[in-house]
Amino acid sequence: MEKQVILNEQQVQLTMNRLAYQLIENHSDFSSTVLVGLQPRGIHVLTRLKTILEEITGQVITCGQLDITFYRDDFRRREKPLIPSATNIDFTIEGKNVVLVDDVLYTGRTIRSGLDALLAFGRPKRVELLVLIDRRFQRDLPIQADYVGQPIDALNSERVSVEWKEVEGKDSIILFTPLNDGAA
Amino acid sequence: MMEQLSVEHLVGIRDLTRNDIELIFKTADSFKDVINRPIKKVPSLRDITIANLFFENSTRTRLSFELAEKRLSADIVNFSAASSSVKKGETLIDTVNNILSMKVDMVVMRHPNPGAALFLSQRTNTRVINAGDGTHEHPTQGLLDAFSIRERLGSVEGKKVVIVGDILHSRVALSNIYTLQKLGAEVMVCGPTTLIPKYIDLLGVKVEHNLRRALEWCDVANMLRIQLERQDIHYFPSLREYSMQYGLTMELLNSLDREIVVMHPGPINRGVEITSEVADSTQSIILNQVENGVAIRMAAIYLLASKIGR
Repeated sequence: MEKQVILNEQQVQLTMNRLAYQLIENHSDFSSTVLVGLQPRGIHVLTRLKTILEEITGQVITCGQLDITFYRDDFRRREKPLIPSATNIDFTIEGKNVVLVDDVLYTGRTIRSGLDALLAFGRPKRVELLVLIDRRFQRDLPIQADYVGQPIDALNSERVSVEWKEVEGKDSIILFTPLNDGAA
Repeated sequence: MMEQLSVEHLVGIRDLTRNDIELIFKTADSFKDVINRPIKKVPSLRDITIANLFFENSTRTRLSFELAEKRLSADIVNFSAASSSVKKGETLIDTVNNILSMKVDMVVMRHPNPGAALFLSQRTNTRVINAGDGTHEHPTQGLLDAFSIRERLGSVEGKKVVIVGDILHSRVALSNIYTLQKLGAEVMVCGPTTLIPKYIDLLGVKVEHNLRRALEWCDVANMLRIQLERQDIHYFPSLREYSMQYGLTMELLNSLDREIVVMHPGPINRGVEITSEVADSTQSIILNQVENGVAIRMAAIYLLASKIGR
Protein backbone atom coordinates (compact mmCIF):
# COMPACT_ATOMS: atom_id res chain seq x y z
CA MET A 1 0.00 0.00 0.00
CA GLU A 2 1.47 3.31 -1.07
CA LYS A 3 0.72 6.32 1.08
CA GLN A 4 0.46 9.89 -0.17
CA VAL A 5 -0.49 12.87 1.99
CA ILE A 6 -2.91 15.11 0.11
CA LEU A 7 -3.42 17.71 2.82
CA ASN A 8 -1.31 18.11 5.96
CA GLU A 9 -2.40 19.63 9.24
CA GLN A 10 -1.82 23.23 8.17
CA GLN A 11 -3.52 22.74 4.81
CA VAL A 12 -6.56 21.14 6.43
CA GLN A 13 -6.86 24.17 8.69
CA LEU A 14 -6.59 26.56 5.70
CA THR A 15 -9.17 24.62 3.74
CA MET A 16 -11.60 24.53 6.66
CA ASN A 17 -11.19 28.29 7.10
CA ARG A 18 -11.88 28.89 3.41
CA LEU A 19 -15.03 26.71 3.54
CA ALA A 20 -16.23 28.70 6.55
CA TYR A 21 -15.78 32.02 4.70
CA GLN A 22 -17.57 30.65 1.64
CA LEU A 23 -20.52 29.69 3.83
CA ILE A 24 -20.57 33.16 5.40
CA GLU A 25 -20.59 34.76 1.93
CA ASN A 26 -23.76 32.89 1.00
CA HIS A 27 -25.57 32.76 4.33
CA SER A 28 -24.55 36.08 5.98
CA ASP A 29 -26.05 35.93 9.47
CA PHE A 30 -27.03 32.23 9.63
CA SER A 31 -30.42 33.13 11.12
CA SER A 32 -32.25 30.74 8.85
CA THR A 33 -29.38 28.36 8.10
CA VAL A 34 -28.65 25.10 9.87
CA LEU A 35 -25.72 22.72 9.43
CA VAL A 36 -26.35 18.99 9.41
CA GLY A 37 -23.44 16.55 9.57
CA LEU A 38 -23.72 13.00 8.26
CA GLN A 39 -22.86 10.23 10.71
CA PRO A 40 -20.33 9.02 11.41
CA ARG A 41 -17.39 10.84 9.77
CA GLY A 42 -19.12 14.00 8.63
CA ILE A 43 -19.52 14.97 12.27
CA HIS A 44 -15.83 15.78 12.61
CA VAL A 45 -15.99 18.22 9.69
CA LEU A 46 -19.12 19.75 11.20
CA THR A 47 -17.62 20.20 14.66
CA ARG A 48 -14.55 21.92 13.25
CA LEU A 49 -16.62 24.10 10.96
CA LYS A 50 -18.94 25.15 13.77
CA THR A 51 -16.01 26.26 15.91
CA ILE A 52 -14.51 28.35 13.10
CA LEU A 53 -17.85 29.89 12.10
CA GLU A 54 -18.73 30.83 15.67
CA GLU A 55 -15.31 32.40 16.15
CA ILE A 56 -15.67 34.54 13.03
CA THR A 57 -19.34 35.51 13.29
CA GLY A 58 -19.73 35.56 17.06
CA GLN A 59 -23.06 33.81 16.66
CA VAL A 60 -24.27 30.40 17.72
CA ILE A 61 -24.57 28.15 14.68
CA THR A 62 -27.38 25.57 14.83
CA CYS A 63 -25.99 22.13 14.10
CA GLY A 64 -27.44 18.65 13.90
CA GLN A 65 -26.28 15.10 13.34
CA LEU A 66 -28.00 12.84 10.88
CA ASP A 67 -27.71 9.06 10.64
CA ILE A 68 -28.61 7.53 7.30
CA THR A 69 -28.32 3.81 8.07
CA PHE A 70 -31.99 2.99 7.58
CA TYR A 71 -32.13 4.95 4.31
CA ARG A 72 -29.24 3.25 2.56
CA ASP A 73 -29.86 1.43 -0.72
CA ASP A 74 -27.45 -1.41 0.06
CA PHE A 75 -29.36 -3.01 2.95
CA ARG A 76 -29.07 -6.82 2.55
CA ARG A 77 -26.42 -6.39 -0.14
CA ARG A 78 -23.84 -6.20 2.60
CA GLU A 79 -22.37 -9.11 4.49
CA LYS A 80 -23.37 -7.72 7.84
CA PRO A 81 -26.00 -5.21 8.93
CA LEU A 82 -24.90 -1.69 9.68
CA ILE A 83 -25.55 -0.52 13.17
CA PRO A 84 -26.81 3.06 13.25
CA SER A 85 -25.21 6.00 15.02
CA ALA A 86 -27.24 8.67 16.78
CA THR A 87 -29.42 11.14 14.96
CA ASN A 88 -29.61 14.41 16.82
CA ILE A 89 -31.75 17.08 15.20
CA ASP A 90 -33.63 18.96 17.90
CA PHE A 91 -34.78 21.85 15.72
CA THR A 92 -37.15 22.14 12.81
CA ILE A 93 -35.72 22.27 9.32
CA GLU A 94 -39.04 23.48 7.87
CA GLY A 95 -38.29 26.46 5.63
CA LYS A 96 -34.59 26.52 6.63
CA ASN A 97 -31.51 26.58 4.46
CA VAL A 98 -29.81 23.30 5.27
CA VAL A 99 -26.15 22.63 4.60
CA LEU A 100 -25.36 18.91 4.58
CA VAL A 101 -21.80 18.29 5.70
CA ASP A 102 -19.72 15.19 4.99
CA ASP A 103 -16.04 14.33 4.72
CA VAL A 104 -15.72 12.56 1.35
CA LEU A 105 -18.08 12.75 -1.64
CA TYR A 106 -17.55 9.61 -3.70
CA THR A 107 -20.38 7.70 -5.40
CA GLY A 108 -23.05 10.11 -4.17
CA ARG A 109 -25.11 7.29 -2.67
CA THR A 110 -24.57 8.41 0.90
CA ILE A 111 -25.78 11.88 0.01
CA ARG A 112 -28.84 10.44 -1.75
CA SER A 113 -29.70 8.54 1.45
CA GLY A 114 -28.93 11.67 3.45
CA LEU A 115 -31.43 13.70 1.44
CA ASP A 116 -34.08 11.04 2.04
CA ALA A 117 -33.33 10.94 5.75
CA LEU A 118 -33.33 14.73 5.98
CA LEU A 119 -36.78 15.06 4.45
CA ALA A 120 -38.21 12.94 7.29
CA PHE A 121 -37.67 16.02 9.45
CA GLY A 122 -39.64 18.43 7.31
CA ARG A 123 -39.40 20.43 4.11
CA PRO A 124 -36.34 22.64 4.00
CA LYS A 125 -36.30 25.75 1.82
CA ARG A 126 -33.04 24.74 0.24
CA VAL A 127 -30.39 22.07 0.73
CA GLU A 128 -26.72 22.56 -0.06
CA LEU A 129 -23.84 20.15 0.19
CA LEU A 130 -20.43 20.81 1.71
CA VAL A 131 -17.67 18.21 1.51
CA LEU A 132 -14.04 18.30 2.54
CA ILE A 133 -12.92 15.95 -0.26
CA ASP A 134 -14.59 15.51 -3.63
CA ARG A 135 -13.53 12.38 -5.51
CA ARG A 136 -14.44 13.70 -8.93
CA PHE A 137 -15.45 11.49 -11.87
CA GLN A 138 -16.48 8.67 -9.51
CA ARG A 139 -20.17 9.41 -9.20
CA ASP A 140 -22.90 6.77 -9.51
CA LEU A 141 -25.62 9.41 -9.17
CA PRO A 142 -26.06 12.97 -10.47
CA ILE A 143 -25.04 14.67 -7.22
CA GLN A 144 -22.53 17.53 -6.91
CA ALA A 145 -21.29 19.53 -3.94
CA ASP A 146 -21.80 23.30 -3.54
CA TYR A 147 -18.70 23.75 -1.38
CA VAL A 148 -15.62 21.62 -1.92
CA GLY A 149 -12.52 21.64 0.29
CA GLN A 150 -10.26 19.70 -2.06
CA PRO A 151 -11.16 17.91 -5.29
CA ILE A 152 -9.05 14.84 -6.01
CA ASP A 153 -8.82 12.41 -8.89
CA ALA A 154 -8.34 8.91 -7.54
CA LEU A 155 -8.84 5.47 -8.99
CA ASN A 156 -11.57 3.21 -7.71
CA SER A 157 -8.96 0.90 -6.22
CA GLU A 158 -7.51 3.74 -4.20
CA ARG A 159 -8.75 4.74 -0.80
CA VAL A 160 -8.99 8.21 0.70
CA SER A 161 -8.68 8.49 4.44
CA VAL A 162 -9.55 11.64 6.40
CA GLU A 163 -7.91 11.73 9.82
CA TRP A 164 -8.65 14.10 12.67
CA LYS A 165 -6.67 15.30 15.63
CA GLU A 166 -9.53 14.37 17.97
CA VAL A 167 -9.66 10.77 16.76
CA GLU A 168 -6.46 9.71 15.02
CA GLY A 169 -4.07 12.14 16.72
CA LYS A 170 -3.42 14.46 13.80
CA ASP A 171 -5.24 16.21 10.96
CA SER A 172 -4.36 14.82 7.58
CA ILE A 173 -5.85 13.55 4.38
CA ILE A 174 -4.14 10.53 2.92
CA LEU A 175 -4.48 8.68 -0.36
CA PHE A 176 -3.74 4.95 -0.21
CA THR A 177 -2.77 3.25 -3.48
CA PRO A 178 -2.51 -0.55 -3.61
CA LEU A 179 0.84 -1.64 -5.09
CA ASN A 180 1.02 -2.94 -8.69
CA ASP A 181 -2.34 -1.44 -9.41
CA GLY A 182 -1.55 2.17 -10.18
CA ALA A 183 -0.86 1.56 -13.87
CA ALA A 184 -3.87 -0.62 -14.56
CA MET B 1 -19.97 -0.50 13.39
CA MET B 2 -21.12 -3.84 12.09
CA GLU B 3 -22.55 -6.62 14.16
CA GLN B 4 -24.95 -9.44 13.64
CA LEU B 5 -27.39 -11.61 15.54
CA SER B 6 -26.21 -15.15 16.30
CA VAL B 7 -29.61 -16.62 15.36
CA GLU B 8 -31.61 -16.98 12.14
CA HIS B 9 -34.99 -16.95 13.88
CA LEU B 10 -36.36 -15.35 17.02
CA VAL B 11 -38.01 -18.38 18.62
CA GLY B 12 -37.07 -17.77 22.23
CA ILE B 13 -34.78 -15.69 24.41
CA ARG B 14 -33.13 -18.90 25.56
CA ASP B 15 -31.30 -19.11 22.21
CA LEU B 16 -29.96 -15.54 22.37
CA THR B 17 -26.64 -14.40 23.75
CA ARG B 18 -26.21 -11.31 25.87
CA ASN B 19 -24.59 -9.67 22.85
CA ASP B 20 -27.68 -10.39 20.76
CA ILE B 21 -29.90 -8.73 23.35
CA GLU B 22 -27.64 -5.71 23.61
CA LEU B 23 -27.50 -5.40 19.81
CA ILE B 24 -31.30 -5.45 19.65
CA PHE B 25 -31.47 -2.77 22.36
CA LYS B 26 -28.95 -0.57 20.59
CA THR B 27 -30.85 -0.85 17.32
CA ALA B 28 -34.14 -0.23 19.12
CA ASP B 29 -32.72 3.02 20.54
CA SER B 30 -32.36 4.30 16.98
CA PHE B 31 -35.81 3.12 15.98
CA LYS B 32 -37.35 4.75 19.03
CA ASP B 33 -35.84 7.95 17.71
CA VAL B 34 -37.35 7.28 14.28
CA ILE B 35 -40.89 6.72 15.58
CA ASN B 36 -40.79 10.04 17.38
CA ARG B 37 -40.03 12.01 14.20
CA PRO B 38 -42.62 13.87 12.13
CA ILE B 39 -42.25 11.13 9.50
CA LYS B 40 -42.13 7.89 11.43
CA LYS B 41 -41.00 5.67 8.64
CA VAL B 42 -37.77 4.39 7.10
CA PRO B 43 -37.41 2.62 3.74
CA SER B 44 -35.09 -0.20 4.90
CA LEU B 45 -37.40 -3.19 4.29
CA ARG B 46 -39.24 -2.08 1.19
CA ASP B 47 -38.37 -5.31 -0.63
CA ILE B 48 -39.40 -7.65 2.21
CA THR B 49 -42.80 -9.26 2.69
CA ILE B 50 -43.90 -10.36 6.13
CA ALA B 51 -46.87 -12.55 7.04
CA ASN B 52 -48.48 -12.10 10.44
CA LEU B 53 -50.05 -15.41 11.39
CA PHE B 54 -52.20 -15.22 14.49
CA PHE B 55 -53.67 -18.56 15.50
CA GLU B 56 -54.65 -17.04 18.82
CA ASN B 57 -56.27 -13.75 19.76
CA SER B 58 -54.14 -10.69 20.21
CA THR B 59 -54.65 -6.96 20.02
CA ARG B 60 -51.57 -5.27 21.34
CA THR B 61 -48.90 -7.61 20.02
CA ARG B 62 -50.48 -7.84 16.60
CA LEU B 63 -50.91 -4.10 16.27
CA SER B 64 -47.41 -3.53 17.54
CA PHE B 65 -45.89 -5.95 15.02
CA GLU B 66 -47.97 -4.49 12.22
CA LEU B 67 -46.89 -0.95 13.03
CA ALA B 68 -43.26 -2.02 13.35
CA GLU B 69 -43.40 -3.66 9.92
CA LYS B 70 -45.12 -0.68 8.31
CA ARG B 71 -42.61 1.75 9.77
CA LEU B 72 -39.85 -0.30 8.20
CA SER B 73 -41.72 -0.12 4.86
CA ALA B 74 -42.24 -3.88 4.61
CA ASP B 75 -45.21 -5.32 2.74
CA ILE B 76 -47.46 -7.25 5.05
CA VAL B 77 -50.22 -9.82 4.93
CA ASN B 78 -52.39 -10.61 7.91
CA PHE B 79 -53.95 -13.88 8.78
CA SER B 80 -56.04 -14.89 11.74
CA ALA B 81 -57.15 -18.41 12.48
CA ALA B 82 -60.72 -17.37 13.14
CA SER B 83 -61.35 -16.60 9.47
CA SER B 84 -59.17 -19.20 7.78
CA SER B 85 -58.93 -22.71 6.38
CA VAL B 86 -57.53 -23.89 9.73
CA LYS B 87 -61.18 -24.26 10.61
CA LYS B 88 -61.51 -26.54 7.60
CA GLY B 89 -58.87 -28.93 8.91
CA GLU B 90 -55.65 -27.71 7.28
CA THR B 91 -52.41 -28.46 9.15
CA LEU B 92 -50.04 -25.74 10.34
CA ILE B 93 -47.30 -26.73 7.89
CA ASP B 94 -49.71 -26.73 4.96
CA THR B 95 -51.15 -23.37 5.89
CA VAL B 96 -47.71 -21.83 6.22
CA ASN B 97 -46.28 -23.43 3.09
CA ASN B 98 -49.19 -22.11 1.10
CA ILE B 99 -48.51 -18.62 2.36
CA LEU B 100 -44.79 -18.97 1.72
CA SER B 101 -45.32 -20.05 -1.87
CA MET B 102 -46.73 -16.58 -2.39
CA LYS B 103 -43.14 -15.34 -1.79
CA VAL B 104 -43.17 -14.27 1.82
CA ASP B 105 -39.78 -13.62 3.44
CA MET B 106 -40.63 -13.66 7.10
CA VAL B 107 -43.33 -15.04 9.35
CA VAL B 108 -44.50 -13.60 12.65
CA MET B 109 -46.55 -16.23 14.41
CA ARG B 110 -48.65 -16.56 17.52
CA HIS B 111 -49.89 -20.05 18.26
CA PRO B 112 -51.61 -21.74 21.23
CA ASN B 113 -49.17 -24.69 21.19
CA PRO B 114 -45.75 -24.42 22.87
CA GLY B 115 -43.02 -25.19 20.33
CA ALA B 116 -45.03 -24.15 17.28
CA ALA B 117 -42.50 -21.46 16.31
CA LEU B 118 -39.55 -23.84 16.65
CA PHE B 119 -41.42 -26.47 14.62
CA LEU B 120 -42.00 -23.96 11.85
CA SER B 121 -38.43 -22.68 11.85
CA GLN B 122 -37.11 -26.23 11.37
CA ARG B 123 -39.50 -27.22 8.61
CA THR B 124 -39.93 -24.19 6.42
CA ASN B 125 -37.60 -22.03 4.42
CA THR B 126 -38.39 -18.72 6.08
CA ARG B 127 -37.43 -16.53 9.02
CA VAL B 128 -39.69 -17.00 12.01
CA ILE B 129 -40.44 -14.56 14.79
CA ASN B 130 -42.31 -16.06 17.70
CA ALA B 131 -45.09 -13.74 18.85
CA GLY B 132 -46.06 -16.13 21.64
CA ASP B 133 -46.31 -19.92 21.55
CA GLY B 134 -48.73 -21.19 24.19
CA THR B 135 -47.25 -21.10 27.68
CA HIS B 136 -43.66 -21.27 26.38
CA GLU B 137 -42.05 -17.97 25.29
CA HIS B 138 -42.95 -14.51 24.05
CA PRO B 139 -39.49 -13.19 23.20
CA THR B 140 -40.31 -9.69 22.00
CA GLN B 141 -42.28 -9.07 25.22
CA GLY B 142 -39.31 -10.21 27.31
CA LEU B 143 -37.06 -7.88 25.32
CA LEU B 144 -39.34 -4.86 25.53
CA ASP B 145 -39.83 -5.32 29.28
CA ALA B 146 -36.09 -5.39 29.89
CA PHE B 147 -35.64 -2.47 27.46
CA SER B 148 -38.20 -0.47 29.46
CA ILE B 149 -36.40 -1.23 32.73
CA ARG B 150 -33.12 -0.14 31.13
CA GLU B 151 -34.78 3.07 29.98
CA ARG B 152 -36.28 3.89 33.40
CA LEU B 153 -33.42 2.76 35.66
CA GLY B 154 -30.41 3.25 33.38
CA SER B 155 -29.45 -0.42 33.25
CA VAL B 156 -30.72 -3.92 33.96
CA GLU B 157 -27.51 -5.30 35.45
CA GLY B 158 -27.83 -5.87 39.20
CA LYS B 159 -31.50 -4.86 39.38
CA LYS B 160 -34.00 -6.94 41.31
CA VAL B 161 -37.17 -7.80 39.43
CA VAL B 162 -40.16 -9.67 40.79
CA ILE B 163 -42.70 -11.23 38.45
CA VAL B 164 -46.04 -11.54 40.21
CA GLY B 165 -49.03 -13.71 39.36
CA ASP B 166 -49.80 -16.57 37.04
CA ILE B 167 -46.29 -17.84 36.34
CA LEU B 168 -47.55 -21.30 35.40
CA HIS B 169 -49.44 -20.18 32.32
CA SER B 170 -47.27 -17.23 31.38
CA ARG B 171 -44.98 -17.11 28.35
CA VAL B 172 -44.17 -13.54 29.34
CA ALA B 173 -42.70 -14.77 32.63
CA LEU B 174 -40.34 -17.26 30.98
CA SER B 175 -39.07 -14.81 28.36
CA ASN B 176 -38.63 -12.19 31.07
CA ILE B 177 -36.65 -14.56 33.27
CA TYR B 178 -34.25 -15.46 30.44
CA THR B 179 -33.79 -11.87 29.28
CA LEU B 180 -33.27 -10.40 32.72
CA GLN B 181 -30.87 -13.12 33.82
CA LYS B 182 -28.80 -12.82 30.66
CA LEU B 183 -28.48 -9.11 31.34
CA GLY B 184 -27.37 -9.73 34.91
CA ALA B 185 -30.54 -8.97 36.87
CA GLU B 186 -31.86 -10.97 39.82
CA VAL B 187 -35.31 -12.45 39.29
CA MET B 188 -37.95 -13.55 41.77
CA VAL B 189 -41.36 -15.03 41.04
CA CYS B 190 -44.27 -14.47 43.38
CA GLY B 191 -47.75 -15.99 43.44
CA PRO B 192 -49.90 -18.67 45.00
CA THR B 193 -48.21 -22.10 45.16
CA THR B 194 -50.63 -23.47 42.58
CA LEU B 195 -49.56 -20.90 39.96
CA ILE B 196 -45.78 -21.31 40.43
CA PRO B 197 -44.39 -24.20 38.36
CA LYS B 198 -42.58 -26.92 40.30
CA TYR B 199 -38.78 -26.80 39.98
CA ILE B 200 -38.80 -23.22 38.66
CA ASP B 201 -35.98 -22.56 41.15
CA LEU B 202 -33.78 -24.66 38.85
CA LEU B 203 -33.81 -21.64 36.50
CA GLY B 204 -32.05 -19.71 39.23
CA VAL B 205 -35.01 -17.59 40.30
CA LYS B 206 -36.12 -16.91 43.84
CA VAL B 207 -39.63 -18.01 44.84
CA GLU B 208 -41.78 -16.02 47.25
CA HIS B 209 -45.42 -16.46 48.18
CA ASN B 210 -45.91 -13.25 50.11
CA LEU B 211 -46.42 -10.16 47.94
CA ARG B 212 -45.30 -7.66 50.57
CA ARG B 213 -42.00 -9.44 51.15
CA ALA B 214 -41.45 -9.65 47.40
CA LEU B 215 -42.10 -5.93 46.95
CA GLU B 216 -39.77 -5.04 49.81
CA TRP B 217 -37.01 -6.94 48.02
CA CYS B 218 -37.43 -5.66 44.48
CA ASP B 219 -36.65 -2.60 42.31
CA VAL B 220 -39.24 -3.53 39.69
CA ALA B 221 -42.54 -5.40 39.95
CA ASN B 222 -43.96 -6.94 36.79
CA MET B 223 -47.63 -7.75 37.43
CA LEU B 224 -49.01 -10.51 35.23
CA ARG B 225 -52.60 -11.12 34.29
CA ILE B 226 -54.43 -14.19 35.59
CA GLN B 227 -54.91 -16.22 32.40
CA LEU B 228 -58.36 -17.59 33.12
CA GLU B 229 -58.65 -18.86 29.53
CA ARG B 230 -55.73 -21.25 30.07
CA GLN B 231 -56.80 -22.45 33.50
CA ASP B 232 -58.45 -25.83 33.26
CA ILE B 233 -58.96 -26.27 37.01
CA HIS B 234 -59.42 -23.87 39.93
CA TYR B 235 -56.01 -22.73 41.08
CA PHE B 236 -57.35 -20.38 43.78
CA PRO B 237 -60.73 -20.01 45.50
CA SER B 238 -61.88 -16.79 43.80
CA LEU B 239 -60.62 -13.77 41.90
CA ARG B 240 -61.55 -11.64 44.90
CA GLU B 241 -59.36 -13.72 47.17
CA TYR B 242 -56.50 -13.63 44.66
CA SER B 243 -56.81 -9.90 44.43
CA MET B 244 -56.66 -9.53 48.22
CA GLN B 245 -53.50 -11.64 48.42
CA TYR B 246 -51.69 -10.63 45.25
CA GLY B 247 -53.33 -7.45 43.98
CA LEU B 248 -51.04 -4.39 43.89
CA THR B 249 -52.68 -1.41 45.60
CA MET B 250 -51.55 2.16 46.20
CA GLU B 251 -51.69 1.51 49.92
CA LEU B 252 -49.20 -1.33 49.57
CA LEU B 253 -46.90 0.71 47.30
CA ASN B 254 -46.93 3.70 49.66
CA SER B 255 -46.07 1.53 52.65
CA LEU B 256 -42.75 0.50 51.05
CA ASP B 257 -39.66 2.46 52.09
CA ARG B 258 -38.72 3.33 48.48
CA GLU B 259 -40.27 3.82 45.05
CA ILE B 260 -40.41 0.76 42.87
CA VAL B 261 -41.20 0.61 39.15
CA VAL B 262 -44.50 -1.05 38.23
CA MET B 263 -44.92 -2.92 34.95
CA HIS B 264 -47.69 -4.91 33.30
CA PRO B 265 -47.55 -6.65 29.90
CA GLY B 266 -51.27 -6.08 29.32
CA PRO B 267 -54.12 -6.64 28.94
CA ILE B 268 -54.83 -5.33 32.45
CA ASN B 269 -57.63 -6.70 34.58
CA ARG B 270 -58.12 -3.55 36.59
CA GLY B 271 -58.97 -4.32 40.20
CA VAL B 272 -57.64 -7.88 40.03
CA GLU B 273 -53.82 -7.97 39.83
CA ILE B 274 -53.43 -4.19 39.92
CA THR B 275 -55.73 -1.32 40.92
CA SER B 276 -56.52 1.51 38.50
CA GLU B 277 -54.79 3.94 40.81
CA VAL B 278 -51.51 2.03 40.59
CA ALA B 279 -51.79 1.36 36.84
CA ASP B 280 -52.21 5.09 36.16
CA SER B 281 -49.63 6.31 38.69
CA THR B 282 -46.25 7.84 37.90
CA GLN B 283 -44.52 4.69 39.15
CA SER B 284 -46.15 2.69 36.38
CA ILE B 285 -44.38 2.41 33.01
CA ILE B 286 -47.12 0.38 31.36
CA LEU B 287 -47.62 2.76 28.44
CA ASN B 288 -43.86 3.17 27.95
CA GLN B 289 -43.74 -0.60 27.54
CA VAL B 290 -46.25 -0.36 24.72
CA GLU B 291 -44.29 2.39 22.96
CA ASN B 292 -41.03 0.50 23.37
CA GLY B 293 -42.72 -2.61 21.96
CA VAL B 294 -42.82 -1.06 18.50
CA ALA B 295 -39.15 -0.03 18.62
CA ILE B 296 -38.03 -3.45 19.88
CA ARG B 297 -40.02 -5.25 17.19
CA MET B 298 -38.61 -2.96 14.50
CA ALA B 299 -35.12 -3.82 15.73
CA ALA B 300 -35.74 -7.57 15.80
CA ILE B 301 -37.30 -7.58 12.33
CA TYR B 302 -34.59 -5.31 10.91
CA LEU B 303 -31.74 -7.42 12.25
CA LEU B 304 -33.27 -10.72 11.11
CA ALA B 305 -34.19 -9.31 7.70
CA SER B 306 -30.59 -8.21 7.17
CA LYS B 307 -29.67 -11.91 7.16
CA ILE B 308 -32.00 -12.75 4.29
CA GLY B 309 -29.95 -13.16 1.10
CA ARG B 310 -31.00 -11.52 -2.10
